[in-house]
Amino acid sequence: MRIISIMNRVLKELFRDKRTLALMFLAPVLILILLSFIFNSNSTTDVDIATVSMPSSLNSNLEQTKHVSVTKYDTKKAAKKALKDDKVDAIIQKKNNDYDLTYANTDSTKTVAVKMAFKNAMTDTTISTLKSKLTLASSALTKVQSQMPNASANNNIQSKKADSKPRITNHYVYGDSNTGFFDKILPILIGFFVFFFVFLISGMALLKERTSGTLDRLLATPVKRHEIVFGYMASYGILAVIQTIIIVMVTVWLLGIQVVGNIFYVILINLVLALVALSFGILVSTFANSEFQMMQFIPILVIPQIFFSGIIPLDSMASWVKDISYIIPIKYSGDAATRVIMQGQGLSSLGSDIGVLLIFLVVLTFLNIVGLKRYRKV
Amino acid sequence: MTDTTISLKHLVKKFGNQTVLKDIDLDVYTGEIVGLIGPSGAGKSTVIKTALGMEVADGGVAKVFGETMPNRQLLANIGYMAQTDALYEDLSGKENMQFFAAMKGLSKKDTAEEIKHVANVVDLTDDLNKRVSGYSGGMMRRLSLAIALIGQPKLLILDEPTVGIDPALRRQVWKELQHIRDEDRSILITTHVMDEAELTDKVALLLDGKVMAFDKPDVLKMQYEVDSIENVFLKAEGVL
Repeated sequence: MRIISIMNRVLKELFRDKRTLALMFLAPVLILILLSFIFNSNSTTDVDIATVSMPSSLNSNLEQTKHVSVTKYDTKKAAKKALKDDKVDAIIQKKNNDYDLTYANTDSTKTVAVKMAFKNAMTDTTISTLKSKLTLASSALTKVQSQMPNASANNNIQSKKADSKPRITNHYVYGDSNTGFFDKILPILIGFFVFFFVFLISGMALLKERTSGTLDRLLATPVKRHEIVFGYMASYGILAVIQTIIIVMVTVWLLGIQVVGNIFYVILINLVLALVALSFGILVSTFANSEFQMMQFIPILVIPQIFFSGIIPLDSMASWVKDISYIIPIKYSGDAATRVIMQGQGLSSLGSDIGVLLIFLVVLTFLNIVGLKRYRKV
Repeated sequence: MTDTTISLKHLVKKFGNQTVLKDIDLDVYTGEIVGLIGPSGAGKSTVIKTALGMEVADGGVAKVFGETMPNRQLLANIGYMAQTDALYEDLSGKENMQFFAAMKGLSKKDTAEEIKHVANVVDLTDDLNKRVSGYSGGMMRRLSLAIALIGQPKLLILDEPTVGIDPALRRQVWKELQHIRDEDRSILITTHVMDEAELTDKVALLLDGKVMAFDKPDVLKMQYEVDSIENVFLKAEGVL
């Protein structure tokens, strides 16, 4: 009963503080919209492609594509230097019958543009070669008709040649073939917003309880310590669910991001993350004596989480740096949410990530309940 | 008058190297108002916090209702008012009272009656539905007192309850406190207002972590050969 009373009270306070509420619900939406503008402004991306030993037909086809300019290089080395100097965005090299594509990939939209342009150029070229082959074949056919006995063998050779399609290999200087950057960071970002705001606001709320003396007054009643912690969890859990729903709705309907899996799982993941953030915020707030000191924990405890959350690819980091990511809650929520949103995986594959988050939650909650002993010895 | 509500025996409390309470003996009997006076830093709040079980004594025993503190269950029978107002400013006065009543374990029906009663005592009936953030300092103090009174606790522990309350209302509050005393409930009260100390049944003078004097106001005045508690205070401190 007391848990519900505490939950109601915290919710009442939260919903009367319109500014904080707006911060929680509108700020993430605003940032997401801005980010999508920044990362997805691909309507008129101009790309420069360096080509090495390319057939001239393919080259001219490429050049005809809108927003694409082609520079010919004699050697791969010269082309690579141009790539490094940021003069070109990609290199296309023909090796024997195969194609080797190298993307700078610092801007995923450019990579996509190059891929598209190359694909189109290839199709055009294949069509024209097919045409010439067709005329060749038809003339051969007339020949064959006169020399029936040799026909079948000759035909086989012809089709074999046509089947040997050129192989296309893609290389990325930065990152990998994962689609747009925004798509990639979105699942992580949702988690980050939930974590950041719940951490900050709940930490502040408990700090205020402490400094205003309401915590003492609360503890001067027969309330159990865990009832206080659970009451806070219930209220901020509700808040995090609302926040997640708003963020997901905005991303799906306003920004047109595709969520492959079940949205319910995304909400579940973020609910668990929010509870971790809550217990983390409450724990940290006991080490702060003022709101300003609470803010000081942001650059120390929150910002570094972004670096290890998976927004920046972890596989390129040194192994000891990578190990840090194992204690970053947002990494687990990001992993799990990515699986749901981008790969459409079910609950069973999320088990380990959610499990780790639950371990965080249990440990932090336990510490909080024990930690309240500082203010009342029983 | 023989039951002890609060019984502190040889209480010692240290914070780090600093010994705040050296040897406190203090008994509050049923149906008694005990005033705790002393200069700032004498340890008045520490005595209160130990009696409530928020702090644990490093030596000696603190008993409330015959049970050793800290004891969570007993807190249901204690009304506590701290020096700070300790209110949720985004909530209305009524919501504050409802919340703390729920924490004390009162039923909904009792809560409504209690709120009506205590709001009348502190003269807040008309302002109950206003948000606390719109209250004046005195109103907040009164609401804080009202919350301590909720649930008719057997023991009231009040830390400077009448700061910022105007004289007419202060008189009313004291009338209520005396009424509570007459119902065989006990009150431990700290105060800086010396003429308030005269209204208590017993005064404990706290100095340097010890109880320098503990008796009825009139007896203390005779002992120190002065005409007011204020002068007892000054004399004990060595100013007079």
